[in-house]
Amino acid sequence: MSQDVWILAEHFQGRLNDITLELVGKGRELAQAKQGKVAVVLLGSNVNGLMSELAGADVVFVANRPEFREFTPEAYGAALEAVLKDAHPWVVLMGSTSVGLDLLSLLSARTGKPCLDSCTRLDIRDGRLFATSQIYGGKLFAEVALSDTTTLVAVVPGSFPKPENAAAGRPEFQEIALAALPEPRTKFRKLIEPPPGDVDITKVPVLVAVGRGIQNADNLSMAEELAEALGGTVCASRPVIDQGWLPLTRQVGKSGMTVKPKLYLAFGISGAPEHWEGMKNSELIVAVNTDPKAPIFAGAHYGAAVDALELLPLLTEEVRKANLKKAS
Amino acid sequence: MVPTGAQLGPVPAWAILWLMFLIAAGLFAWRAVFLVRLLMLGRPEMRWDRIPERIKRVLVYVLGQRRMLDEPLVGIPHVLIFYGFLVFLMATSGMLLQGLYPSLTIPSLEENRYLGPVVDVFAVLVLGGLAVTSFRRFVLRPAGLQLTWDATLVNILIASLMVTYLTAEGFRLVAWPGERAVWLPFGSGLADWFGRSEALRASAPGLYQGFWWAHVSIVLFFLAYLPYSKHLHLLASPFSVFFSRLDPPGRLPASAAHAERMGAERLEEFTWRQLLSAFACAECGRCERACPSHTSGEPCSPRQLVHNLKVQLLQYGPALLEKACAAADGGEPALIGGLIAPNELWACTTCLSCVEHCPVLNEHLSVMVDLRRRLVERGELDERLQEAFGNLQRYGNSFGQSERKRAVWTQGLDFKPKDARKGPVEWLWYLGEYACYHPTLQQTTRAFARVLHAAEVDFGILYEGERNTGNDARRAGEEGLFELLREKNTATMQKAKFNNIFTTDPHVYNTLKNEYPDLNHGRHPVYHYTQVLQDLLDRGRLKIEHKLPYRVTYHDPCYLGRYNGVYEPPRKVLRALGVELKEMPRSRRASFCCGGGGGRVWMEEIGEAHSRPSESRVKEAASLDGVEMLVVACPKDYVMFTDALKTTGLEGRITVRDLSDLVAEAVGAEAAARPQDKAA
Amino acid sequence: MNIAVLTKQVPDLVEGVEIDSTGKAVDPDSIRYILSESDDHAIEEAVLLKERNQARVEVFSLQTGEVRDSLCMALAKGADRVVIVTTGLEAPPSNHTAAKIFASVLQGLPFDLILTGVRAIDDLDGSLGGLLAGYLNLPYVGLVRKVELANGAAMAVVQKEFPGGYAAELEVKLPAVLGIQAAEQPPRYVPVSRLRQVMKTAKVEEQEATPPKSESVAVERMFKPEEGAGATMVSGTPEEVARQIVNLFSERRLVR
Repeated sequence: MSQDVWILAEHFQGRLNDITLELVGKGRELAQAKQGKVAVVLLGSNVNGLMSELAGADVVFVANRPEFREFTPEAYGAALEAVLKDAHPWVVLMGSTSVGLDLLSLLSARTGKPCLDSCTRLDIRDGRLFATSQIYGGKLFAEVALSDTTTLVAVVPGSFPKPENAAAGRPEFQEIALAALPEPRTKFRKLIEPPPGDVDITKVPVLVAVGRGIQNADNLSMAEELAEALGGTVCASRPVIDQGWLPLTRQVGKSGMTVKPKLYLAFGISGAPEHWEGMKNSELIVAVNTDPKAPIFAGAHYGAAVDALELLPLLTEEVRKANLKKAS
Repeated sequence: MVPTGAQLGPVPAWAILWLMFLIAAGLFAWRAVFLVRLLMLGRPEMRWDRIPERIKRVLVYVLGQRRMLDEPLVGIPHVLIFYGFLVFLMATSGMLLQGLYPSLTIPSLEENRYLGPVVDVFAVLVLGGLAVTSFRRFVLRPAGLQLTWDATLVNILIASLMVTYLTAEGFRLVAWPGERAVWLPFGSGLADWFGRSEALRASAPGLYQGFWWAHVSIVLFFLAYLPYSKHLHLLASPFSVFFSRLDPPGRLPASAAHAERMGAERLEEFTWRQLLSAFACAECGRCERACPSHTSGEPCSPRQLVHNLKVQLLQYGPALLEKACAAADGGEPALIGGLIAPNELWACTTCLSCVEHCPVLNEHLSVMVDLRRRLVERGELDERLQEAFGNLQRYGNSFGQSERKRAVWTQGLDFKPKDARKGPVEWLWYLGEYACYHPTLQQTTRAFARVLHAAEVDFGILYEGERNTGNDARRAGEEGLFELLREKNTATMQKAKFNNIFTTDPHVYNTLKNEYPDLNHGRHPVYHYTQVLQDLLDRGRLKIEHKLPYRVTYHDPCYLGRYNGVYEPPRKVLRALGVELKEMPRSRRASFCCGGGGGRVWMEEIGEAHSRPSESRVKEAASLDGVEMLVVACPKDYVMFTDALKTTGLEGRITVRDLSDLVAEAVGAEAAARPQDKAA
Repeated sequence: MNIAVLTKQVPDLVEGVEIDSTGKAVDPDSIRYILSESDDHAIEEAVLLKERNQARVEVFSLQTGEVRDSLCMALAKGADRVVIVTTGLEAPPSNHTAAKIFASVLQGLPFDLILTGVRAIDDLDGSLGGLLAGYLNLPYVGLVRKVELANGAAMAVVQKEFPGGYAAELEVKLPAVLGIQAAEQPPRYVPVSRLRQVMKTAKVEEQEATPPKSESVAVERMFKPEEGAGATMVSGTPEEVARQIVNLFSERRLVR
């Protein structure tokens, strides 16, 4: 087994996803400790535009073929399986995402290499790699000692920082030699776009987020009033969207948007990992939830264990007062 | 002199009358039989028991017209019209009989010196009553009262009956002045007036006959028409009252045993008494006016529900009757989704106002619940309700909190309440889920526990063994869930050791008292805590340290007041506390529901509610001069009204306090819970 | 058309989860089990497919937890057959082990579609569906929110969720394994009366399977998130809280 760190790259509509860069950054750190190399495996079609973003890697294994233009678990899985057959990196990192999750399990079964999901930390102790994963909705963490064979690890996006500066290296590009892939049983048909939204919540500086604690659609108006007073927009966690109280474009979380506003106010949101993932890098997070043990309080900057429905109108009033004072 | 003594053309007059009578009676009988056969489509239900009580009900509600006086403006005229009807029933029958048998001498009421004036005066009273009711119906147009040709025609028929009678009387007295021996005030007044005209004097006998025939013809027409009109309530209501439910209203009828499906939707799945509601309904609209959901603009209307049942029955019943002879099948379109929208059913809070105010003792609630049961059976319920049911099933509470946390509220007490499961205790305090889990109410629960402790009441609780009693789940239509909860709770209580039960939650009170048969049979009487407090105060076991100087009003909870008649104990307790009590206009059995019952707290808001029931109620409380506090005795009331204070902006004007909380304050129990928002 | 649904029971978070004395695993006595949420959606999606096509649904589960209850629930919702797979294992197995067990059970059986929840809260070593697909050499798509049959049930057209509200429509040749994220409609309600009836009359089959050599990740320790490191809590009456929070905004010039 080499001391190399491999990263499976993810890209969407011509841009590399942040998770890939985060993993390259972390991979760099891990590889350095063991004098290994950082290798990125990039599958796609017309990927030349992405190569420039991968300067942080030592090696980039590329397969630039039309069948990789869109992600299908089968095609990517088959290609990666072939690549990993004769390679024995120390660890293969991928995002715990729509792409990575499918590949993680498929590859683990096909190659026989162990795997780990929901990883949020990677540490080296005594030369061994330890991964910490979150389970039970974030209520517990499990620290796992990775074995001496190649391990596949899916990492929760946002667990590691995106490198600030673009790396200045010049990675070696290697074409992946792939035998003819068997006739695929999975084919991409089309991309379904989200319904045209009113606001792009990723660009709004103040977000008033509502969760199940808001109880019913009528109470949304209170959140909207506060958002208006603060010059922001209302967004929500998945349960609210599933109920149909707000459109998909307002969903924050793993399967929704990732936002980094100046102010993120969470009302009646428990802070499940899927939601946390989408907003944890907000500059100021203030959470309001009647349950003082809600997971969101572990990560928020400020919190109040009061009833969101009670607090909302009071906050709006105070903000309006402050606005007036400021204006005068 | 007898109007039918002579010939009418070639035929004796009495023969014509006989013909008319037979036709009218025949039409009437044919229709009546048809309607009864429609009722027989319904499934059987035993309502022949306890006959003396049933007779008493007929005397009180039909003869005594008790419920009419709930709305005096129309009630008094209706009473007059009703008694007028009874009087005229006798008078006109006499007239008819005489007409059919002209050769016999049948004593007539008009010729009786005592009864004659009665009939005469009643004719005018009825006209006066009609004038008021017509004014109300056609000019004032109260909600729930339909303007139909049927109603108009009925009014016209009754009025013309009175007018023809009086006019006939007048002409009779002109034609045969000897009859004046019997003093008929209005009849003779008319006679005097007619008598002034020579022409009228001359034709008086003929005119008398004419108006006599007119009167009798109208009556026969009315007889034939009656079973086709809403005036059918005249015939059907004595039966609907006689066959009304004697069980306490808090005991909901179970779903039909051995039925394949829960609840009812097809006509044949309702009981004959439920179908009878359709015919007994006079479409007076009292139920609708009393309904809190309807008043708030929600799509719920008890009157409409019964009306739609009638429409369905009349429209599709006949086909079912025919097929009953041939082969049994449907052909009946679905009631729900057809005439009745699901929202109309979900909007009901089960407050019982409709049943309480119905003059013919109809049971709108049982029809509604049966329809809900069918919706639940089909899985057609909103997600929040599904979630609540799932939580009740799994955790024994609708909040979705662990059952292990049921007694967490006891932390914060400096004593440990006894565990009735290990017992023995005198009193089992059945708390209910709101008292145990709701964050604000937990303080109130603790305060009351301290009151009991200080009064040295020997009480215990079931700790984690306590589960939701199922009152609201049952009324939301999940009969199976109710039975499951009842089984579990009964098993838990059977193992526990206690004598009596009391509870701070009227919903718990209602179902334990009325729907848990294995508890009853006198062995474990169930009380509401106000009854217990009243007793403690009476016996001096509870000392009021400081009288409370508040000016308050009290809201009668639906499940305590209207359902179970407990009106006085809370008031006695309040008076003992020293507060000044002012009653709201809608109090006691007219109390206006907070909107949270029947599982409504677990559902989405329905329709465009422009003023929720809870908001209407707090406004009513705030409208009372000088009243600063609304006292409640039910946790749902507390939650609904404190919310309503915020949404109506009345927070500074009035506070909401639970009665037990006031008791704790007056008794000086330490750290009596004080609400976070106080009156300014 | 035959559909298999694989389900499992997981700790109910309402009751909380505690770590056992070894510090490496969850304390089984602290747990109350409940059907994994996405498996519930998988059952729903299977029943929907059955209702729209001529299909048969069979639900399988390993032994852990209140399995009988949830399998009876599946029958009440419309499943045709339910099976508890017994292995004699004491502790709930890892997903790798579970996938191998199911692979041996399903091997050779004529299932066109195998549905399972895409992930469960106690997953650590990947997801069951993907592993199973790998062992059986079947195509796999995870995070599926909609399934339709096409080409006379030779193919499934699925929608796979992506972030930001995007989704990919893929066609998959059957037989295949799908990891369900959410069914097209929320799991249907089964009235208690029907459930109890089913529980009285239902037949829950049992099938034995020999567990393979156990494969699991080496958990060094389990721990709860640090308490203390967390939000600065603002306390007081709601009015006071509102004032303090708005002060925070003013300090950071977040007020307009």
